[in-house]
Amino acid sequence: MQRVDHTKNVISVEAISFSYDGERDVLEDITLDVHQGDYIGLVGPNGAGKTTLLKVMINLLVPRSGTVKLFGQDIRDFKDWQKIGYVPQKAVRFDANFPATVSEVVLMGRTSGKGFFQRTTDADTEAVGNALEKVGMLGYGERLIGDLSGGQQQRVFIARALVNDPEVVFLDEPTTGVDKKTQDGFYALLQKLNREFGLTIVLVSHDIRRLTREVMHIACVDRTLTCHSSPEEYLSESEAVCVNGKDVKLITHHHRE
Amino acid sequence: MLGNILQYGFIVRGLEAGIVVALIAPLIGIFLVLRRYSLIADTLAHVSLAGVAIGLLCGINPVLTALATAVAASFGIERLRASKRVYGESALALFLSGSLALAIVILSIGHGFNANLFNYLFGSIVTVTSGDVQTITVLALAVIAILGMFYKQLVFVTFDEEAAKVSGIPTRLVNVVLIVLAAFTVSLAIPIVGALLIAALIVIPVVTALLCKKSFVKTVMYAEAFSFFSVVSGIITSFYLNISTGGAIVLIMLAVFMAVSIVKR
Repeated sequence: MQRVDHTKNVISVEAISFSYDGERDVLEDITLDVHQGDYIGLVGPNGAGKTTLLKVMINLLVPRSGTVKLFGQDIRDFKDWQKIGYVPQKAVRFDANFPATVSEVVLMGRTSGKGFFQRTTDADTEAVGNALEKVGMLGYGERLIGDLSGGQQQRVFIARALVNDPEVVFLDEPTTGVDKKTQDGFYALLQKLNREFGLTIVLVSHDIRRLTREVMHIACVDRTLTCHSSPEEYLSESEAVCVNGKDVKLITHHHRE
Repeated sequence: MLGNILQYGFIVRGLEAGIVVALIAPLIGIFLVLRRYSLIADTLAHVSLAGVAIGLLCGINPVLTALATAVAASFGIERLRASKRVYGESALALFLSGSLALAIVILSIGHGFNANLFNYLFGSIVTVTSGDVQTITVLALAVIAILGMFYKQLVFVTFDEEAAKVSGIPTRLVNVVLIVLAAFTVSLAIPIVGALLIAALIVIPVVTALLCKKSFVKTVMYAEAFSFFSVVSGIITSFYLNISTGGAIVLIMLAVFMAVSIVKR
């Protein structure tokens, strides 16, 4: 990875409003910049629109008004999708009977948007190996994805997101249903990717307490952007300023270990 | 023994056409089954039946009219489903019953070809002409070529449509390609196994292979093997026992499914 330039905009969200039904805005007038090498956590109450915002950032949803730019280019004209990695929320809830090995799943990430008769090349195989090594899953390539534990599956999906050496990775609620110990390993992995490889990370989570210990920036979403600050500032401010939804307090999770 | 049976021209043609269908059906089936689209095969089969009736009425090759109606319907189904104005299964039910009704109405208009239509309902290798074998082979090659073009995209979209979209894959196009290929496969298979049983050919070998819990590529190969075995042994059995070919093929497929599910339990 080239040197990280923390002033360079990777994602520019400008005055985004989004509505599912054309009447009620789920997101209203959100403006947010993500710089190269940033590690940003999108937090907020359930139904506050944080996943919606993430999906707008990667063109899975089209906003009612406002613009999104990726690497300075309007998202509607953006073609460099191999610079983007994505770990969907439902990745942890995929069809466990799907007949695919770990290698096959990671290899899917090498599929290009363009081109017919795409074949698996040596470069593809090498990229799959490298991605599995990064997430500590080398040696699991021939195992069936459905036979792995939840934490291992999650690592495989991160490997798939990393397989094209992206510059930015989007993760949607990646720790849902994963035990505490696996979460620790997972956050350590993200720290490593961010610090050593300069990877820009955008993470959606409801686990605010945990995120404040991990990320560089916290962005609170509750229809509007209610705050955008460093974790320290965030913690020193009154919580009510940032998150006024009643279902979010500083949540701690007591998962079985 | 096999040498004996092969002196009959119709059996050779039936085996040729049957093997082509046996090899094509699971290739499409794997994607339909994994996407929970299994019923699309059945719907398109009924739609094809209306096409067959039109072909018989107008004196055009029924395989071609079946293909045309199935492709047209596949676009309609995909549009109706994408519009989300009706549920996915309801869209299928509309097309399934509607086209069956159309087939019956056409049938009652030209009531001279009932026996002929019967062959398309239940399949018959006796009626397979060398022209049919050629048509089926050309269509099958087209299906394989298009499948090869979109193979990687289809696999990704089938496993994780959202992530595939974020990779820049045109998921709408890939979905349309899949359903059109399903239409091709169904219409080319109808003369052999019949409209009422074609869904079985597309679905059962794949479901059997899924029981084996292998990689994607191996699952496809297992499904191919189950399909090939069932079709060839079904055709030969039906010849010696003088029973319905389509029925024999599907019953053998089900027997294989049960055997595998017992072994893999």
